[in-house]
Amino acid sequence: MSLVEGRSVDPLLTVSGLRKVYEGAGRRVEAVRDLSFTVGAGEFVCLVGPSGCGKTTLLKCVGGLLRPTAGEVRLGGGPVTAPPPGMAVVFQEYGRSLFPWMRVGRNVELPLRQKGLGGERRRELVADALGSVGLADAADAYPWQLSGGMQQRVAIARALAYEPDVLLMDEPFAAVDAQTRADLEDLVRGLWRERGVTVLFVTHDIDEAVYLGQRVIVLSSSPTVVQEELAVDLPVERDQLHTRVAPRFAELRTRVYEQVQAAKRGAAPVEDAGARTYPPR
Amino acid sequence: MRGLVVRLFLALALPALLVAVWWLASDGSTNVYWPPLRTVLAAFPDVWTGERLRGDVLPSVVRLAGGYAAAAVAGVALGTVIGTHRRVRAVCEPVLEFLRAVPPPVLVPVVMLFAGIGDAMKVAVIASGCVWPVLLNTVEGVRALDAVAAETARSYGITGAARLRHLVLPSAAPQIFAGLRQALSVGIVLMVISEMFAASNGLGFTIVQFQRGFAIPDMWTGILLLGLLGFVLSVVFRLLERRALGWYHGLRASSRRSP
Repeated sequence: MSLVEGRSVDPLLTVSGLRKVYEGAGRRVEAVRDLSFTVGAGEFVCLVGPSGCGKTTLLKCVGGLLRPTAGEVRLGGGPVTAPPPGMAVVFQEYGRSLFPWMRVGRNVELPLRQKGLGGERRRELVADALGSVGLADAADAYPWQLSGGMQQRVAIARALAYEPDVLLMDEPFAAVDAQTRADLEDLVRGLWRERGVTVLFVTHDIDEAVYLGQRVIVLSSSPTVVQEELAVDLPVERDQLHTRVAPRFAELRTRVYEQVQAAKRGAAPVEDAGARTYPPR
Repeated sequence: MRGLVVRLFLALALPALLVAVWWLASDGSTNVYWPPLRTVLAAFPDVWTGERLRGDVLPSVVRLAGGYAAAAVAGVALGTVIGTHRRVRAVCEPVLEFLRAVPPPVLVPVVMLFAGIGDAMKVAVIASGCVWPVLLNTVEGVRALDAVAAETARSYGITGAARLRHLVLPSAAPQIFAGLRQALSVGIVLMVISEMFAASNGLGFTIVQFQRGFAIPDMWTGILLLGLLGFVLSVVFRLLERRALGWYHGLRASSRRSP
């Protein structure tokens, strides 16, 4: 149970005691040691951490793509052992995640076919999803005919059309240029507010995490534990121009920055009375 | 329009030059085995009448089509299984390497032993030679499946037959087509060879008959016809490949523009 912007929300996604050890060729790598956190229904949570801190491993375990060594992930009460129908993943490598042999419309439609939806409903969902990412006219293009930012929009549209309860995003904007990135951040935040979908957003960019999230979970370096959880008490209405220069934004990003730095050194969380924080569980 | 004319000129210039050289160099030839091109071309319409085309060329093409199709289906099916499962691959790989190294023409006498000397033998020989390039390229293509694409499919519940149809086969298609292209030339060679061993009709058979009967200009027309057949088949193949792999050529062109 977490308290966000004054309303209490039930946990939709629960990660408890998650541990992942990779074994192979005489090497044993503990990527994730002991991770526990919850994400409430309709929440926007960002995970940040130093590079190589096992963020992707964590997200794959959450998405049911990777089996944890210990601990469990629960979605809406049931344990996640395989990719659940209520989850959609947006990967960083949009160029490899979209199928280049299918036109944009077909790419978005394919998972819906797999869900067994009828043709009428599929067309509706595809048109709606492409429209809401601003690509209503691109259905007949091939992904590689579009710019990087547009391709990632297509991947987001595919995830939206799937109508997931939880949207997992794995550093989705790490490979696009800065201006496109700002646009995509606003797009995702807008979609989150419009559609009430729960978002778990992994990034290595501290500013991005603070700008987007209602809550930021700072991860330690590998083997990963939760370094700190931090509520982002910025107004719901955010925009690139004003939010990023607000004093509170600066405070929060400084706070997260300190925690990430401490995580890199392997130190305990930095105490700071100014920020409302949650102790690591 | 201008571009088309230039391209047509570039494509036809060298063949025209070679034919001209052949024509001039052989023009005064009195060598029985090396008749003037003029004589060969004059013999062409007399030799390859409608009846001959039906009686010899058609059977050859049908055998080629049968053997090639069987090899394509078997090669893609087996290649997909072997490429998907690491264990199966570990077991099969040494055997495959050996079988691939056996020159297919050597199979003709062997296949004759149990498939007789009829059409079944020829189709079997063509198939057994064509299958290797298709099989090995399919294995490589299926193995090279992109990890992110595979995870995307898995996260959206695209499994089983849908995964095969929408992910595995399309992503291996460029490699599969490379194999099919190699197999086509292997197939033509085996078509001719199998007909030279034991046959009562077919292109290979006819050419050998002409040679044995010292009908040398006629023999040369057969060789010309074989060349033309190979050329036409490769053009048809290219058209089909362009259609099936349009996305691939577009993708490559777009990544060349912006690396």
